Amino acid sequence: MGLVSRGAAAAGLGAASAVVRPGPPDAVPNPVPSPPPGGAARGSSRVPGMVLKAFFPTCCASADSGLLVGRWVPEQSSAVVLAVVHFPFIPIQVKELLAQVQQASQVGVAVLGTWCHRQQEPEESLGHFLEGLGTIFSHEPWLQLCRERGSKSWSCKAIRQQVPVAPGVPSEDQVMLIFYDQRKVLLSQLHPPTVLPDHQAGDAVASSGGLAVVFDTVARSELLFHGDQYDEGPVRLSHWQSEGVEASVLGELVKRASGPVCLLLACLLSLVSAVSACWLWKLWPLPFIRSKLSTCEQLRHRLEHLTLVFSTQRAQSPTQLMRKANMLVSVLLDVALGLMLLSWLHSSNRIGQLADALVPVADHVAEELQHLLQWLMGAPAGLKMNRALDQVLGRFFLYHIHLWISYIHLMSPFIERILWHVGLSACLGLTVALSILSDIIALLTFHIYCFYVYGARLYCLKIYGLSSLWRLFRGKKWNVLRQRVDSCSYNLDQLFIGTLLFTILVFLLPTTALYYLVFTLLRLLVVTVQGLIHLLVDLINSLPLYSLGLRLCRPYRLAAGVKFRVLEHEAGRPLRLLMQINPLPYSHVVHTYRLPSCGCHPKHSWGSLCRKLFFGELIYPWRQRGDRQD
Amino acid sequence: MEDERSFSDICGGRLVLQRRYYSPFCREFCLTCPRLSLCSLTAVTCTVWLAAYGLFTLWENSMILSAAIFITLLGLLGYLHFVKIDQETLLIIDSLGIQMTSSYASGKESTTFIEMGNVKDVVINEAIYMQKVIYYLCILLKDPVEPHKISQVVPVFQSAKPRLDCLIEVYRSCQEILAHQKATSTSP
Repeated sequence: MGLVSRGAAAAGLGAASAVVRPGPPDAVPNPVPSPPPGGAARGSSRVPGMVLKAFFPTCCASADSGLLVGRWVPEQSSAVVLAVVHFPFIPIQVKELLAQVQQASQVGVAVLGTWCHRQQEPEESLGHFLEGLGTIFSHEPWLQLCRERGSKSWSCKAIRQQVPVAPGVPSEDQVMLIFYDQRKVLLSQLHPPTVLPDHQAGDAVASSGGLAVVFDTVARSELLFHGDQYDEGPVRLSHWQSEGVEASVLGELVKRASGPVCLLLACLLSLVSAVSACWLWKLWPLPFIRSKLSTCEQLRHRLEHLTLVFSTQRAQSPTQLMRKANMLVSVLLDVALGLMLLSWLHSSNRIGQLADALVPVADHVAEELQHLLQWLMGAPAGLKMNRALDQVLGRFFLYHIHLWISYIHLMSPFIERILWHVGLSACLGLTVALSILSDIIALLTFHIYCFYVYGARLYCLKIYGLSSLWRLFRGKKWNVLRQRVDSCSYNLDQLFIGTLLFTILVFLLPTTALYYLVFTLLRLLVVTVQGLIHLLVDLINSLPLYSLGLRLCRPYRLAAGVKFRVLEHEAGRPLRLLMQINPLPYSHVVHTYRLPSCGCHPKHSWGSLCRKLFFGELIYPWRQRGDRQD
Repeated sequence: MEDERSFSDICGGRLVLQRRYYSPFCREFCLTCPRLSLCSLTAVTCTVWLAAYGLFTLWENSMILSAAIFITLLGLLGYLHFVKIDQETLLIIDSLGIQMTSSYASGKESTTFIEMGNVKDVVINEAIYMQKVIYYLCILLKDPVEPHKISQVVPVFQSAKPRLDCLIEVYRSCQEILAHQKATSTSP
C-alpha cells in the first residue's frame, strides 16, 4: 500500500512515536520526526508547530469505523468533524453528497480522515483498508482517529504529505481532541452574535472568529443531518440525528396551523388599526384627551406588539424570533392576569362594594382639603400670613372644592355601572386595567392638579416679578438681545414705583410660597402613586419572559461562550477536552432581550427638578408620545 | 504531572496551589482559599440573635425571633452561594485560550473563557490599595480593531489574592506557553 512504502523510505528518522500503530508484521512503523521549529508557513494551509485541534461530536464516539467528514479551518489549524460515513460506500457517491452539502450550505465540507473503532472491529485488517482510503480522498492533513480495544484511550494522528524536512516523508502534528455535543452546539446561539464574513468570498474567517467558526459550521450543515440510519440513501452517515430525526407532533401541528391563524389575526388587527386611524378620531378635542390618557397609550402599544407577532412575514434573524416570542408570552401572561383580576372583581359583588366606597372616599378627601385650607387661612405652623391675600386665595380654593364635590355627587348614581364596564376591560390585560386605574386616580384628583397649577402660576409670576424688580433696585436690567444683565439708569419715578412694588411682592411672598408648597406636595404625592403604577405596567410590558424561561429550562440555547474540561489524561496519549456551553447570565438575558417600553420615563434629573420647583415652573412627570400641552 | 505547594495570601491566610501539567501545551493552576471559619460564623450568628432578643424584649413579639432565625439561615445560604469562593482555577491551553473558573462554597461554578486570539499578554501588575502595595496577575486583551492597543485588563485570582511568590510561579508557566503560542501563530 502507498503508506507502507513511504514508511519504509523514511525508516530511521526522528524520535519514535508514543502511539503504537497495529499493522502487518512486515511493515515498518512510520517514524515521527519532531515537529519542525516555528518558521514561515509553507503553502496556504500550513501553520508549523501549531497544535491541531480536532472537534469530535460525542454522538460519534460509539459509531462504527468509517470516514470522517467535516470542515478544515487552516487559520486556526482546527478540524471540525460533522459526521462519520460508514462502510460500505462508493467514493463517487460520497463526493457527490459532499458537493451537494457544500453547495447548499456554503461550508467547505470534505473528507478529513478515518475513524477506527477497534472495540467493535473483529479483524485488524480493516485498519490497512482505512489507510488506503487516504489516496482516494486526499486531504491535507489526513486525520486518523482510533479508539483502542480493551482500554478507554484514544489515539489520534494527523499526517501531512508536504513536509519541509525531507520530501516524500510524511510528518505528524500534535493533535488535541475536543469533544462537543452536536445537538447543543447546533441549537445554541452565541451572544454577542459574531458576524462572520460571507463564505462566498472564499472561506476567509477573521482570526478572532475562533470558536464562533465551530458553531457556525455546525449550524449551517443542517443538510448533512437530515438523513438517519434507517434511510435507504446511498451513503450511511452517523451524526446526532442518525438515531432518528427529531420532531414533535405538536410542533408540526402548530407550524401548519400558524399560517392561516396568523393571516386571520393579521387581517383583524389591520382592521382595528384602520378604524383607530380613522379621521373621526382626529376631531378636536379627542386627540387631546387621547394624549392625556395612559390607557390609550397602553392599548396602542399592545396593538403594535400584536401586529408584529401575528405578521405574516417570517422572522429574519434569531433575535427577531426571540422578540416575537417574548411579546407573545408577555401578552398571554397579561391577559391571564387580567382574567384572574376580572374573576376576582366580579365575584361576591366586589364592584358594588367598590362603587359604594368610592363616593365617601372622595367626600373624605375633599373634607380633608377643606380643613387644610382653613388651617392655611388661620396661622399655619405659627406663621403670620397676610390676611387679605390669604382670605382671597383660601375662598377661591374652597369654592373649587365645593364645585368638585357637587360634580362627584352628580355622578354617584352612575358610578357602579361605569365601574362594572371598566372592570370588563381587564380581560384585555392586567396592564390595561392598571392604566385605567391610573387614569381614574388622575381624574379623581383633578382638583389637586388645578390647585397646583394655580399656586405654581402665581408663585412663578411672583418670582419673576421679584427678580426683575430686584435688578431695578440695584440699577440693572435684563438685556433680551444680548441675554445678559446690563446696567441701566432709571428715572426717579421708575425707581420709586419699582421699589414700592418690590416691597409689596416681598411681603406677600410667604403667603403665596406656603400655598405653593402645600399644593406641590399634594401633587407630588399623586404623581408618585401614578408613577408606581406605571412602573408596574412597564415591568409587565418589557420583561422578556420567554427568554428567561428558555434560560431556565434550556440553558444551552443562549450561550455566552464555551467552557472546557480536561478529561482523563494518560501520559503519551493525546490531550482530550470536553467543550460545554457556558450559558448567559440572567442579567445579560434581561438586558439583551428587553422589549421596548412606552418610553414614559421621567426625563428630569434631580437637579433640574429642584430648580423647576424653586422657580415655580410646572413639572410634567412624564411625556407621552406627542408633547403634552400646557 | 501534579504537584502541590502552600503559599499565603495578602492577609496572611493559607493558600494551596495545585499545578497540573497535562501536556507541554496545557497547564492548570488551582488555588484553594481558606475555608469559612467557625469562629466568624458563630460570632455573626450570636450578634444577630442577641439583637433579635433585644428587640423581642422591647416589643414582645415572637415573630422577631422567627424572623431572626430565618434571616440568619437565608444570609448564610446566600453567602455560601454568592460570595464565598472556595477555589479558583486557571487553565491555559496553547492555541485555544485561557479559562478561569471560580467555584463557590455551595458548589456553583462560574467560568470565563478567553480565546487565544484575544490575549495580548499575561503580566503581573502592582497596585496601591489603601495602605498596602499588592501584586496581581492579569490578562491583557487585544482590541479586535487595533491589535496594538489593549482593550481590557482581566485580573485573575481576585478573591484568593495570592502573594508575589505564588504569582511568579504561575506567571512563568503562562509565559512559556504564550511564547510558544506567539512563535507559531499566524497573526502579528
